[in-house]
Amino acid sequence: MYPVVVTKIYRSGLRGLALGALAAFGVFVSGFAQAADTIKVGVLHSLSGTMAISETVLKDVTLMAIDEQNAKGGVMGKKLEAVVVDPASNWPLFAEKARQLISQDKVAVVFGCWTSVSRKSVLPVFEELNGLLFYPVQYEGEELSKNVFYTGAAPNQQAIPAVEYLMSKEGGGAKRWVLLGTDYVYPRTTNKILRAFLHSKGVQDKDIDEKYTPFSHTDYQTIVADIKKFSAGGKTAVVSTINGDSNVPFYKELGNQGIKAKDVPVVAFSVGEEELRGVDTKPLVGHLAAWNYFQSIKGPANDEFKKKWAAYAKAKNLPGHKDKPITNDPMEAAYIGFNMWVQAVEKAKSTDTDKVIVAMAGQTFKAPSGIMSKMDEKNHHLHKAVFIGEVKADGQFNVVWKTAGPVKAKPWSPYIPGNDKKKDEPDLKTAKN
Amino acid sequence: MPRNPWWTIALVALWLTGIAPAAHAIDSAAVKQLAAEDSDAKIEAISKLVADGDAAAIPLLKALQDEQLYTFSGRLVVGTGADLKDALTGEAVKASSDQLEAIVINNRMRGALDSALAALRLMAPERGVRLAAAQELSATATEEILPLIKRATERETDIEIKTLLALASAVIEIKNADPAVRRQAVQALALSQSSQTKQLLSALFEKNADGAYAEPDQAVRDEAREAIRAIDERFVIPQILGTLFYGLSLGSVLLLAALGLAITFGLMGIINMAHGEMLMIGAYATYVIQGIFRSYFPGALDAYILAAVPAAFVTSGLVGIALERTVIRHLYGRPLETLLTTWGISLILIQTVRTIFGAQNVEVANPSWMSGGFALGGDVVLPYNRVAIVFFAAFVVFLVWLFLSRTRLGLYVRAVTQNRTMADCMGIPTPRVDWMTFGLGSGIAGLGGVALSQIGNVGPDLGQSYIVDSFMVVVLGGVGQLSGTIIAAIGLGEVNKFLEPYAGAVLGKIFVLVFIILFIQRRPQGLFALKGRTAET
Repeated sequence: MYPVVVTKIYRSGLRGLALGALAAFGVFVSGFAQAADTIKVGVLHSLSGTMAISETVLKDVTLMAIDEQNAKGGVMGKKLEAVVVDPASNWPLFAEKARQLISQDKVAVVFGCWTSVSRKSVLPVFEELNGLLFYPVQYEGEELSKNVFYTGAAPNQQAIPAVEYLMSKEGGGAKRWVLLGTDYVYPRTTNKILRAFLHSKGVQDKDIDEKYTPFSHTDYQTIVADIKKFSAGGKTAVVSTINGDSNVPFYKELGNQGIKAKDVPVVAFSVGEEELRGVDTKPLVGHLAAWNYFQSIKGPANDEFKKKWAAYAKAKNLPGHKDKPITNDPMEAAYIGFNMWVQAVEKAKSTDTDKVIVAMAGQTFKAPSGIMSKMDEKNHHLHKAVFIGEVKADGQFNVVWKTAGPVKAKPWSPYIPGNDKKKDEPDLKTAKN
Repeated sequence: MPRNPWWTIALVALWLTGIAPAAHAIDSAAVKQLAAEDSDAKIEAISKLVADGDAAAIPLLKALQDEQLYTFSGRLVVGTGADLKDALTGEAVKASSDQLEAIVINNRMRGALDSALAALRLMAPERGVRLAAAQELSATATEEILPLIKRATERETDIEIKTLLALASAVIEIKNADPAVRRQAVQALALSQSSQTKQLLSALFEKNADGAYAEPDQAVRDEAREAIRAIDERFVIPQILGTLFYGLSLGSVLLLAALGLAITFGLMGIINMAHGEMLMIGAYATYVIQGIFRSYFPGALDAYILAAVPAAFVTSGLVGIALERTVIRHLYGRPLETLLTTWGISLILIQTVRTIFGAQNVEVANPSWMSGGFALGGDVVLPYNRVAIVFFAAFVVFLVWLFLSRTRLGLYVRAVTQNRTMADCMGIPTPRVDWMTFGLGSGIAGLGGVALSQIGNVGPDLGQSYIVDSFMVVVLGGVGQLSGTIIAAIGLGEVNKFLEPYAGAVLGKIFVLVFIILFIQRRPQGLFALKGRTAET
């Protein structure tokens, strides 16, 4: 649908900046021949098309992390050089661009993708060329590849705790459930897992209403009216996996038809600070989101992260963020992923994919959310704490519940039949096929 | 209920300085307990304050509801900005905003606070405040406020409030130990207008672990079944009206989106793929006007939408004219090239907006008079913004009709559409008519953008989601016919909304598309066709 917009931005001036940083920090004494020798890092996020709304900021936060690392002297004494490409929200183009990054530009690692379909599209490329991908977004699980590190949440780190919270007395003790999503793989799989989970808690099918809307659906009148009718049968909660663009019309309709969070709470898995930017949040106070990070989390690690981002947005004149800098969960996940990769490369003393994969196991990083994030020794997913937040009138979230500590990811949900036989670590042979 | 936060602050200040006589009565232990970690304890504290029935607790609870109650080095502090007071002693407190720890409330507490505040307001002197309070309680009353409700019922003289209070008592008494009282409560609830009541009644039929009904008494259950039936019956007509309205509203949105295209494509025959971007530009014009009002005329913010209408019309119109003069006029009679060029232009416009305003959606808030909705009864609410859009669509259609049939330029437009060569021979300046018409079509698309900004996203991709729908409406209605566009838009809206409850949103959309394909196969000229010798050109 979208044209091939080839934007390959070699960050001009980076080398000069890096040299300046070198002099300023005086970390390295011998920078004569090494200065020209850089490590290339690929950034594969849509900068145009429908997903630009969410992905642009991930490109920016990755570039910020690269600048920060270069200011510290780079990795193994070499400067990092970003290779930014624009797959334009076009799934096949993701695969093409990934191939270009790995075989032409020879990048050591790629940070990228948002939608599951784009990840599925690049996966064969990474496995074939033995590349390395860091994927920073919460997703439906059901996948494990040796060549991918998943720094977003698996279903048991987001969806299931959220539903458990809504069932509890504190969350309102919901008995009936509307599972509402956009019609594609992430909502469908998540809802399949949730339905099985609800069954295990004794909820019957008549108390579950599963609904889907097409992409970019804008007319939620009937759906909101139906939710209201459904809620007449008992305390109801809505689990929303509506994709980015349709959220604004959904929430506007909800507010205007007078559904209040204290009566029918809506918990969303794809709505964060960034998505609420385009919404008047006053009628939405009390609706929930489940994430592993919120901008409002208090703590020195988060204060520092927010400060860095605000300064970067101002310096780079990023539209929107320069006046109102906003951070969100996928940005945090991208930041953790990048820093863990740096640590792994330093540990492996090489950027070779196989060596870095080995070094990644068990890496830890003090995450902006305040917890010590750990990459699992085996399953390529992060151990993350789960937070549930309620929308405030200013578009931020109040954390109302959190897990006691980090939760280990279960990419193969036990609520999907057949998953009990699957191994919790990637099959190393996949690289050869 | 007063909206102005200053009212609250003023009251708090008044009460804290000890002028309000009731200040001494407040239970200081309960107030301290509001800062407890556990929400059970907090709710207990709220109940205690309510049980005292002291209106002096209102400002404090209101501050908690607005998240303006903080803990600060072991004290409870209330207020905003630099204006901070100790909640118990009323002393002024100096603290910076980082030192204050706001007391977090969740949905459960929000519910408890709402009913607590409503219960305390039942004694308010203003009828409006009492009515709102009674409405709040009529579905959510809890055990500990029953005495307050009883007391209020005795004092109340207004019949409407009294009825609501009776409902509120019934909500509590449905859990009474005495079956006769429960039965009476069920009878009272049968008169309710709210679906929350139905929720209470259906809860009686829930079975607990050993298979027994939650409601042990057979007679009460029968009564409840009857009550649910009565409520359902009362809901039928409003719900049909509601669905009709939803269809009309979707239809008007489609109409506003397609009307500009009905002129540029329908009348002028230009396959304008950049039409969606004209909508988008109109929506962004609304956003800019809102920003200007926010910074320069904050007092008149609610009127921004009125200023946005002409601004969007002019902006989109000018972009349209520029487009026509620079590109499209060279391509008349070459539909394929026009299609490709305008598509390219649409991409350029999207990326331009993305560069200027950023990739994120921007916030366009409904003016306060367009927020909320009108309750039709039977739990059907017609949101004001959608009602306004229906009227706005009618208004725009009226203007377009006025223009085409009552002005000289309209006459020229019709003449050029019907027979360009002949019109040229008669001395009509066809190039001028062309750019003016295209500008008008684009301007009307801009007006559509104003309407769309009130119900959905405002982002660079806004136009993309409406372009297919717009073409669908114009083609179905019959190219060259405005009345066809109107009927097609409203018809599609209604069909869609009546299908959706049965087929779901995804299948519903597919059905509508299949229907259109079949229809166009049978009748390629659309609902209404131009007749006469010139029609086929």
